[in-house]
Amino acid sequence: MALANKVNVKRYLRREKLPHIWCPGCGHGIVLSALVRAIATVGLDQNKTVIVSGIGCSSRASGYMDFDTIHTTHGRALAFATGIKMANPELNVIVLTGDGDAAAIGGNHLIHAARRNIGITCICLNNNIYGMTSGQYSPTTPECALATTAPYGNIDPSFDLCKLVTAAGASYVARGTAMQARLLEKLMVKALQNDGFSFVEAVDQCPTYFGRKNKQGDAYNMMKLQQERSVPVSKAKSMELPDLAGKLVVGEIHSAPRQEYTKAYDTVLLKAHREG
Amino acid sequence: MAKLDAPAAPRRLMQGNEAIVEGALAAGMRFYAGYPITPSTEIAELSAERLPQVGGRFIQMEDEIASMAAVVGGSLTGVKAMTATSGPGFSLKMENLGYAIHGEIPCVVVNVQRMGPSTGLPTSPAQGDMMQARYGSHGDYGVIALCPSSVDEAYRLAIRAFNLSEAYRTPVILLTDEIIGHMREAVSLPDPSTLDIIDRSRPTEPPGVHKSYRPDAKGVPCQPNFGDGYRFHVTGLIHAEDGFATSNPKVVDSAVRRLSSKLTANLDDIYQAEIHDTADADIVVFAYGGTARAARRAVKMARKNGMRVGLYRPITIWPFHDEMVRWAIEGKQAVIVPELNLGQMAREVERVAHGTTRVIPVTKVNGEILTPQEILAAIEGVC
Repeated sequence: MALANKVNVKRYLRREKLPHIWCPGCGHGIVLSALVRAIATVGLDQNKTVIVSGIGCSSRASGYMDFDTIHTTHGRALAFATGIKMANPELNVIVLTGDGDAAAIGGNHLIHAARRNIGITCICLNNNIYGMTSGQYSPTTPECALATTAPYGNIDPSFDLCKLVTAAGASYVARGTAMQARLLEKLMVKALQNDGFSFVEAVDQCPTYFGRKNKQGDAYNMMKLQQERSVPVSKAKSMELPDLAGKLVVGEIHSAPRQEYTKAYDTVLLKAHREG
Repeated sequence: MAKLDAPAAPRRLMQGNEAIVEGALAAGMRFYAGYPITPSTEIAELSAERLPQVGGRFIQMEDEIASMAAVVGGSLTGVKAMTATSGPGFSLKMENLGYAIHGEIPCVVVNVQRMGPSTGLPTSPAQGDMMQARYGSHGDYGVIALCPSSVDEAYRLAIRAFNLSEAYRTPVILLTDEIIGHMREAVSLPDPSTLDIIDRSRPTEPPGVHKSYRPDAKGVPCQPNFGDGYRFHVTGLIHAEDGFATSNPKVVDSAVRRLSSKLTANLDDIYQAEIHDTADADIVVFAYGGTARAARRAVKMARKNGMRVGLYRPITIWPFHDEMVRWAIEGKQAVIVPELNLGQMAREVERVAHGTTRVIPVTKVNGEILTPQEILAAIEGVC
């Protein structure tokens, strides 16, 4: 796949809104940059693309992006996005969400958007922690990890978000990391090109809360850890389950194109027109 | 008297919920997102059937929260959108209803009130969500809520709800009840070409110049639609005229106050009430929604018995028109406020009466409706 080499990233950003609010070392900027490059590669019309976000550090990204943008309520980005796509299927709809936003408070919306296979690309910036509220455990915080609300270690098993949305019916599912920005960008391109519900889990780092609390060092160390933990999908296929414990399977996890939801509704429109 | 040569408006026997759907369609509703809940479900069912017939779209969402969110999203693309629910669902909708009020995104939310609290008494009629409609979401804001008291009025108020919503860029709550929602009556269906339909204003300034939250003379901003090329921002954070978050105290103060003042400043346009027989009355019955039907009958019976009684029926229940209510009850011996709750609107009337007129609440919370006899007994108790 040819990625755009010289992308004028600035064209897609509201530069007057920068600098962003993210901490030094936060991975969200890398993910945002990958997304903007992917949008350029796919060639989405800037005036026909809506960026929808929820609440949390990652969801602040919408304000920096020069598109029609909506920063919604906590966990509800996909539900707002569903209304936007349903009411005007011609719009490209991209959702930016975090692990707490998408998988905890918004978990119901996530599985149902996947089940419908509605034409939305959902980018989940997964840093395994609630950053904006300063370090509480999220549904993707690993077991035994420390968080401000898990001072004795987290006892909650963590969600594999890619497996969750695959099981729920998403037609394109991928995982990348902030460390492998070009791979992430490639996966986002494919996600944007898929006509249906696409989910990209972008694993990134929160050095301020997760890293510090769990003695993972600075952003550099945390990103090195992302690289060490990463196993490409092709390699993971031949690995035994116990060997995959603690690993991040990266790449295209699932791709099974099927009818997109608003196109299915076109059939309803046709039937109603005939029978009505 | 109707002119003999003019064809009478076609009349159709309709259920209240059905009338709301037909009114909404006549007003231009083209998107509905909802979740099943009795006694509002017929609104979703009929929307599912009727919307695709007129090129509109329907979706049944995974929950009440999502359906409110989807309606707001749909409306931002420029499409007139509606959802309907009842008490338990209305509670869940408060989060994104507040978002729509703050984001100034037009939409219509129907609440067919049933008996609460909580799951309550499904599905007996009640009027227990009057205060929730006004104050249910957090923070300070103004709200428009309309209360129909007949099926025909439900049809007309559904249109009016959309018109007010588009004109003032705010969600409008069609605050009906199980009595009206499930009742069947004749509705006069006006010729669609005779209807006054209001569509939200569109920006005249080009992108880059237009500010999506700059209020006009009425205090109402003008937003483009998603996809129009304006590339604007919407947020639940307190925002400046450009739509972006701010914590500037001066800007925050005026932004929050405007959410109330844009309605109170235009109260005469928003407010409607049916007032009759109050001029010479010693007693005024203040009643709304389904209960106003029994109140009207009680007033008639009292008049027949020689008592001077009048009716004040607010059609717009929120914003509350202090001045108009004060004018109607001033100097009267008493105001009787029958309602299917423990006196929610009676408190508003008391506030306006300010001790100068006696306010007598007539309350009922047993799942049954108030009868004309019960209201008449309260009238006779004063005389």
